[in-house]
Amino acid sequence: MKAIKAALQHSLAWPALTLVLLIVLDVAHRADFLAITMLDGHLFGAPIDILNRAAPLVIVSLGMTLVIATRGIDISVGAVVAIAGAAAATILADAPSQVLLAVGAALAVGLAAGVWNGLLVAFVGMQPIIATLILMVAGRGVAQLLTGGQIIPIGAPGYLVLGGGFLARLPCAVWAAMAVTAATAILMSRTALGLFIRAIGVNPVATRLVGLRASAIVFSVYVFSGLTAAIAGVLMSSNVRSADGNNAGLLLELDAILAVTLGGTSLTGGKFSLAGTVLGALIIQTLTYTTYSIGVPPEATLVVKAIVVLLVSVIQSATARAFVVRHVRRALAFAQTKPVSEAAK
Amino acid sequence: MTSQTTSPMTRFVARLIDPRTLPIVVTIVLFCVLFGFGSVMYTGFFSLQVLLGLLVDNAFLLIVALGMTFVIVSGGIDLSVGSVVALTTILCAVAAQWWHWPIWVIVPLVLVFGALFGAAMGALIHFFKLQPFIVTLAGMFLARGACFLITTQSITIDEPTFHAVAQFSLPVGSGTLSSGALIGIVALIVAIYVAHYTRFGRNVYAVGGNERSALLMGLPVARTKVLVYALSGFCSALGGVVFTLYLLSGYGLQGQGMELDAIAATVIGGTLLTGGVGYVFGSVFGVGILGTIQTLITFDGTLSSWWTRIVIGALLCAFCLLQRVIERHAARRKSSGTGLHAQAKKTQETDSAPAADAKDKPGLAAMVTRRT
Repeated sequence: MKAIKAALQHSLAWPALTLVLLIVLDVAHRADFLAITMLDGHLFGAPIDILNRAAPLVIVSLGMTLVIATRGIDISVGAVVAIAGAAAATILADAPSQVLLAVGAALAVGLAAGVWNGLLVAFVGMQPIIATLILMVAGRGVAQLLTGGQIIPIGAPGYLVLGGGFLARLPCAVWAAMAVTAATAILMSRTALGLFIRAIGVNPVATRLVGLRASAIVFSVYVFSGLTAAIAGVLMSSNVRSADGNNAGLLLELDAILAVTLGGTSLTGGKFSLAGTVLGALIIQTLTYTTYSIGVPPEATLVVKAIVVLLVSVIQSATARAFVVRHVRRALAFAQTKPVSEAAK
Repeated sequence: MTSQTTSPMTRFVARLIDPRTLPIVVTIVLFCVLFGFGSVMYTGFFSLQVLLGLLVDNAFLLIVALGMTFVIVSGGIDLSVGSVVALTTILCAVAAQWWHWPIWVIVPLVLVFGALFGAAMGALIHFFKLQPFIVTLAGMFLARGACFLITTQSITIDEPTFHAVAQFSLPVGSGTLSSGALIGIVALIVAIYVAHYTRFGRNVYAVGGNERSALLMGLPVARTKVLVYALSGFCSALGGVVFTLYLLSGYGLQGQGMELDAIAATVIGGTLLTGGVGYVFGSVFGVGILGTIQTLITFDGTLSSWWTRIVIGALLCAFCLLQRVIERHAARRKSSGTGLHAQAKKTQETDSAPAADAKDKPGLAAMVTRRT
């Protein structure tokens, strides 16, 4: 009993439990849900599919996690995804062989977007939501400017491998997600950066007074978020073989924030979990997969998502938990005292 | 406001450059400059009909932005407005087309629905101490999902009462105002009255300035916060009704990104996202500027539609930078303790305390609970 209680108090317990529940639901619906088969030398199956589709979200959410850990928020990632995809597609449309240049340009655009956000937040001192709102509004316009308002098809085989190809039996996107996750985890746990970011989230003023260059760290966190968004933009545009300035990465910022919150990172900063974020992103993708496979109409996915967001945030809220506990206790106490009051009569 | 020795002219100038009113003055000047630019550049731009057209084409955005102003002044944010507008158009269309209800039955029902939807979100935000950003995000998903659950098609309204109301127009000088624009004007007057002349309005400013102080002062914080979101939901539903009258159809994809436009209009109108500072009247010019940019691009004909978004983003950036400069300036003036400081303090009494603590903490999210 004690072990169970201790396990439940672990920060990853709730997201892991949610994911397991979703998978159990899927297995109950389709017994061969977890089956992975070999086809043409690649691995195929529902879990691989979920991993593949979750990869861009995982990558964006990692950047978002660090931003949120410094008490910030980056709502421009969806727009950055669109700009990065548009930049790559524009270069590939002129020179289909310049895959490296296209990827480089996309990443550079993402870095530039991150630098812009970081400058506004860390050095100008704007509120993060407003600073990134600017790019969110203008970014889609910039993406459409690059694509000329058209959906640009991408035909370069070298580029298409990134989002649709396979490497050592696994989709390339999954490898990319694993690489970014590993790199971020090493940066956060093997260097002092993780500690610094947590410190800023707990108390930015104290961190500055202690002698840390808080603004430089906040700045770099936004740059990192821009970079992850650009990587996701490359993967997504390669996967759908086109760049769409208007719809690429639409609502991605919301999914990323959702993944971060699901993973147990608090929006008040100072506490973050990269593993939780990866779990959160997987939960979102599994949820989407489950709603489709169970036969819930695709239109209902948004409603299901809304209910999950509300449930998770209520569960995470200490006030809500205290409220429930108080009422349950009161109900229990009432049930116990009832016979006594009846006896008194 | 000022001591009695100053002349009305100095008082007027002092009022103009007061950090509280300066953004709004800049907004109004910018609106006039944009409109003047259009009048000089394009023939036929400088007419009453174009000016009234701004109101007719943006009445729904104006109404939504009014509700958003209240929410932002109270220190929160409402991301659900766009999808509530879409849900309202769908509900109106379904009730009119499938059940053949007349307009005067449908409209009160959807308005009550919008207010209840907002109140539910407000209750979650206040009583469970959840982030406004997250709760209204869930509300956005919920309302948008509900649209698609009802129908994925666009429903055209043939109901005669809807057509009668939509076709009503009031001639004003050489131009005309549609029924939607008239609703917008009425909503604006009511919003200004509520914000600046009622107890509820003052409570909103007080809660936005500092929630804890408001609580200690004995103000009804809980009721105010729930009502603010209810008001925003109501405004979104009213905006949805006007949108339905404007297009005479209901569709679940409508109003996408409208929350961004509403927030942009509010910020350009001089409302601080930290809460406690802002004028309802500023949002009108915020909406006016967005509308003028769109009209300018339509008149030009060679510029593509995406320039609208880029220009709005640039304007948003310029206004946020201006707000930062004013905030820093005000902070310096306050610490040096000049006579102007006392004057600024007097104005504060009528509105609320500015979010002074925000400037000490760069890199703070507005959404993040500063005051838990």
